[in-house]
Formats: sequence, C-alpha cells, structure tokens
Amino acid sequence: MGLTQIQGISESKSGDPGFIITTLENAVNWARKSSLWPMTFGLACCAIEMIAAVSSRYDMDRYGAGVFRGSPRQSDLMIVAGTVCRRMAPVIRKVYDQMPEPKYVIAMGSCATSGNIYDTYAVVQGVDHFVPVDIYVPGCPPTPEALFDGVLKLQQKIMERRVFEKKV
Amino acid sequence: MADHRFEPPTAELPEGVVLGEESQLPLLRTEELMLSMGPQHPSTHGVLKVILELEGERIVRATPVLGFLHRGVEKLAEDGTYMQFIPHTDRLDYVCAMYNNFAYVRAVEKLYDLKVPERCEYLRTIVAEIQRIIGHLFWLGTQALDIGAMTVFFYTFREREILLDWFDQLCGARLTTSWYRIGGVESDIRPSLLKELYEFLDYFPPKIEEYNTLLETNRIWIARTKHIAVISAEDAISFGLSGPTLRGSGVDYDLRKAEPYGAYDKVEWNVPLGKNGDTYDRYWIRIEELKESCKIIRQCLDQLPEGPIKADSPKVVAPSKERVFNNLESMIAQFKLYSEGMRPPKGEIYCGTEAHKGELGFYIVSDGSGKPFRLKIRAPSFIHMGAFDFMAKGYMIADIVTIFGTYDIVMGECDR
Amino acid sequence: MSEINPIVEKIQQRFSEYFVSWSDYRGDLSVQVKKDGFHALCQYLHDDPEMDFDYIVHVSSVDYLGQKERFEVVYEFYSIRKRRRIRVKARVAEEDCSIDSVTDLWKGADFMEREVFDMMGIRFLHHPNLTRILLPDEYNEGYPLRKDFPMRGRGWRDTFEFMQKPSNQ
Repeated sequence: MGLTQIQGISESKSGDPGFIITTLENAVNWARKSSLWPMTFGLACCAIEMIAAVSSRYDMDRYGAGVFRGSPRQSDLMIVAGTVCRRMAPVIRKVYDQMPEPKYVIAMGSCATSGNIYDTYAVVQGVDHFVPVDIYVPGCPPTPEALFDGVLKLQQKIMERRVFEKKV
Repeated sequence: MADHRFEPPTAELPEGVVLGEESQLPLLRTEELMLSMGPQHPSTHGVLKVILELEGERIVRATPVLGFLHRGVEKLAEDGTYMQFIPHTDRLDYVCAMYNNFAYVRAVEKLYDLKVPERCEYLRTIVAEIQRIIGHLFWLGTQALDIGAMTVFFYTFREREILLDWFDQLCGARLTTSWYRIGGVESDIRPSLLKELYEFLDYFPPKIEEYNTLLETNRIWIARTKHIAVISAEDAISFGLSGPTLRGSGVDYDLRKAEPYGAYDKVEWNVPLGKNGDTYDRYWIRIEELKESCKIIRQCLDQLPEGPIKADSPKVVAPSKERVFNNLESMIAQFKLYSEGMRPPKGEIYCGTEAHKGELGFYIVSDGSGKPFRLKIRAPSFIHMGAFDFMAKGYMIADIVTIFGTYDIVMGECDR
Repeated sequence: MSEINPIVEKIQQRFSEYFVSWSDYRGDLSVQVKKDGFHALCQYLHDDPEMDFDYIVHVSSVDYLGQKERFEVVYEFYSIRKRRRIRVKARVAEEDCSIDSVTDLWKGADFMEREVFDMMGIRFLHHPNLTRILLPDEYNEGYPLRKDFPMRGRGWRDTFEFMQKPSNQ
C-alpha cells in the first residue's frame, strides 16, 4: 500500500503507535482510491449487476465505492454499464465533461468495451471511441465479483499515478 | 376462475396529508416551465428522457423521449438463425430473461406446430414462475427505493440473490440465462436443486409478510401511491396495456388463463385484480402475484412427471452428444442444424406470452429459410410508454418517479 | 381452410370491393384488404358489438423487397370480452408509401405507428404526431428495417461531431 509504520522508539511505551512515514503522493492516492464515489450511470443489463453489487450481499461499500451520487459534479468514477448507443453518446460525453478531476472511467461489460453482439447501425462499438477508459471489465454481464475485480485494479492503478507533476 | 378482489386496508391518514387528485388547472396559463428529465437521472428505470411541461409543480404534459437504448435487435434477427436469436431475447427485458426466452421459443414452436414433452412444460413453468418472483422482487425493491423506502430494497435483493444462485447452478448464468431451447430446455433440474426449491418455498412467504409489514399500511406509502396515475379500464384497453398495469383497473385479462400454455392449466391458482386503477392497486397485485407464483411452483413440483426434456424432432432439436458421436445420421443432422439453422415452414404467426410486465409477443414471418424474414417484438414496456403522458397529466412532479415505477418499464425492451 | 370463418364471412360481405384474401395458419385468423378500405374495416371491427375488437396488440410492417407493393402493414387486434384475435394486413407501394392511421380508434396505435414510420418509412395519414421515436429526429440515413439498408448503417454510428477535443487522451 505504500505506507510504512515504524514502532515506537522504546519498547516500554506500550500502546504508542509511533510514526507513519510515507510520501505525500502515497497518502493522497490512498485517500483517492479508498473513497471512489461512482455516478449512477447504468444503461442496460449491466446496471442490474451493478445494483446487485451495491446491495447487501456483495457490498461495494466496503471498498469505499458504495456512495452512488446522482450528480456528476460530486462523483469521481463513472461506471459505464451497458450498451452505448449513438444517441446516448453525447449525453455520456457531456456528463463525463462535467465531472471534476481526477476522474476515472470503468467500462463495465462487453457492450461498453467493444459493442458486444450489437454490430448495428445505432450502437457505438465501445465507449472508448469518445471517452478515455481506465479499466475494462469484460462479461455479459460481469458478475458483481468481476466488477469488484475491476474496482480493485482501478485502485491499484490510482496508487501508481503521479499526483504532483512538474508542469513544463 | 376465481376472482381475487381487492380489499383496501383500513388505515387512517393523519391530518393535512393530501392524496393525489385530479388537478384543477386554471383557465389562463401564465407561466410554464419546460424541464428535461433524464436520460441520466437517479430515478429513471434505465435511460429514459421525459420532457415535462410544468405549471408550478403540476405536470401539464409529459412527453417521453425514447431510443437511448435502441440497439437494432429486430434488424439483427434477420441476420442470424432462429437459435442464434435466443441470447438476444435475454437482453430485451433484462430483469426477466427466462420469460423472454420462453416467449420466443413458444413462438417458434407455434410456427413449427411442435409439442414439447410434459416434463419440459412443467420445468418451463417452474422456472418461468421463479423468474416472475425475481422480477417482481426487483420491481418492489426499486419502486420502494425511488419512493424512499430503502429498507425494502435491501430485503428484496436478499431474496433475489438466493434465486439467482439457484439459476447459477441450473444454467451457469445469473442474469442472461438462455436456458430455453426451441423444442425443449437445455438441461434437466437436478434433485438437489428441487430440494433447494422446496426449502425456498417454505422460507419465502414470511418474507412477503415482512415487506407487507413495512409497506402495506404505511401511511407514507399510501399517501404516495393511492390515487396516483389512475387509469380507467376502457382507457387501459384502448392503449393496449397489459399485465398488472391492465389488471389494476379491474380488467380480467391474463394470457396464462385466457390462452393457457405450459402447465398453467394443470394447477390451481388465481388472478389478482385491482379496483381503482391506481399505483397502490398495481403494487398490491404484484405482491399477490408473488404468492400465486409460489402456489404454482409448489403444485408443479408436486406433479412433476418423469420424461424427456426435449421434443423428439431431429429437424428442430439437436440430437444428444452420445448419438452424435456414434451415429452418422445424428452427426449430419447436428451439423446441418448448427450451420444452416432450422428451416421452419413458410408462414407467419403471432404468439403472446404473459411476461411479468405484460403481454410479450413475437410476430414472426418465415420465408422457409434458416433466418427469420421479419421478427417483430411486441414489447409491453414500449406500449406502456404510449400511455405515459395520459397517466401523468395533472400530478405533481414528485409523482413522476412513482409513475415510472408503477409501469415497471425496462428500456431494453422498450427501445429494443 | 375447409370452411369459412364466420368473422371472415361478415367482412367479405361488407367490404367485398376491398377484400383480398384470408388465412387461418396455425390458428391465427388473418385478413388482407386493400389499403383504401383499411380504415373503414378497422372502424367496423372496433365499433360493431358483434366484432368488439377493443384491444390493439401490435402494429408491424414487413418489407417484401422486389414485389410491386413492397410494404405490408400488419395490425393485430384482440377482443377482451369475446377472447378472440384477428390480424388485418394491407399492402402499400413504395411510391405512395402511406396508409390511414387508426389512432382515432385505439389510443395505443400512436406510439406503435410512430415506430413503424421510424423503422420502415410508411407514413400514417391523420396521425397526431408522426415523428421518429427510436432514432433521433435528425437521423437521415434512411429507414433501418428496410431490406436494402445495411446492418451497420451508413456511417452515423462512427461520427462524433460533439467531440471538441480528440478522444483517448
């Protein structure tokens, strides 16, 4: 996780947690990954599995990602769950643009990843045609456990990000 | 055919609580607000946009804008074989995949004039009613969540997970199952699964009482659902509504009784009917349908006969693997079936099935080749959206989410 | 078709100049009429107490590419009280691609006819609001369910004019 804990200076001090040494970047990334607030963006069948992932059996809240916000301005994760139809594409882009930085996108399901079996006139073959995607979760629909795998991999990815970049 | 008439609960409303009534619109409209709701909104059941014209908080007109999940499924049907369309039907009404499969395979079997064995009919009915329970639980959870009763959402999803696990053991998938086949079903139900089902039937009725304790006489629930989205029987018939939305207005039309299929005519059960045509009646009907489904499943389990699970028709049903590996004719039949597809006779049929939202029908035109010439899906959600403006006029903006929920709309089916 | 169905007999008597054919395939009663008498027949089926077809099941269309009257409009009705179904069909040519709407008789025909217009391009006369319903209003590639329309469309699904900056940053 990147946080190192050092025990107290002398052993006689019991109950003293001592120091936690880490970099500021690690601390910021740890805070970001542990409080991902997704936006409700269920489009089709994958939305049902996303709702099941939030309900009591597969509780997504234990990863910090259970607070689904209705407004894009308050969220930092967009889980595109379902088929992306061309008519819906401007709406997805507009909602993505409204999210504040840092923001992440999970393409959940085969339809959001690549269009799935719908190679027709009205379906965009993957949401990555117009929105940058961080994690792809395959499946039709992916089980809630697969979605958790995606969220955990996203958390790993967040930990690897540079927070303080020198702007040239 | 026994009527199961509605008896309203005797709960008293506190002072000052106003039930939704027909609005008295002023003759002179001074200011109207046009509000565009959706397609991304926490309370819509899928991607649906509604353009609301508001007079203060009263809805003057509500125009639904559809098509945000239009995937061109009917066009896809013309490009693949009949068997290849079964997974597409899963994704129409994605909450109730098994029932869509059932409706489709029934339609193709009608085209062939094919009868399936008795055990298969019973198995199909059992699984279809389990799917109905799952669908109604999902509906109840999301309707309660929209109105504000979050507890019911967690409770119903708990029961739903038990049944989804059962589906997982049966066919390998929780949601998009594709278990039905043209001429039969894919696999038989193991005795251990039947035993688990009996246990569920003992476990479930107290849970329905639990939901009723929370909602049935809850004054907030009553205030938010009584006299909301009222539709009369004549209007409901004229709009082509079906399912609980139609039966809420007192119209006794259930395809399982009117044109029986499966094992529905071999078991005793009732059709719950509403009286006032409002949201509370439709909610009550769906709760009663949960109880009726349990009754149907229990009787089907008790009467389940032994026998094959697929029809014996080599042109439609693939032969078993043992025969394919040992018998040349079976191997050729299997090859032709999977490469060219089955070739139904030339003709056109319509076949309607009582899915849990309403009448799900397939109109298939066959030109004798392996691919459907035209496959039209009669989706109840799309037709119910036709009555949305009519039903929403005059109510408050806070009732919009209730109206969405009472129709039980799924956009996968509505937009196809 | 050994004996004539009594409903068909009555329809044949009343609308003899528009009647084309009937069939009873797999128990589905189906009547084909010319499009000029279509609305009158529907009115009869709806209003007459012996017919009493008060429930509209679906409205559909089929494209027989290559035939002279290319499109076929299909309506299916049901009688709740009498528990019986009927299918009414009418052929429409490509040049005069229009037929009377029945929204004055069955309210549910509104959305169903809009869908047929959207997917097949058949116009319904006297429809209160004949606009596209499943595809956006400005969609100009044609009518998707026609047989000469390609499955993948004509490029609309890949053009993203709403993107101001390049995707995949």
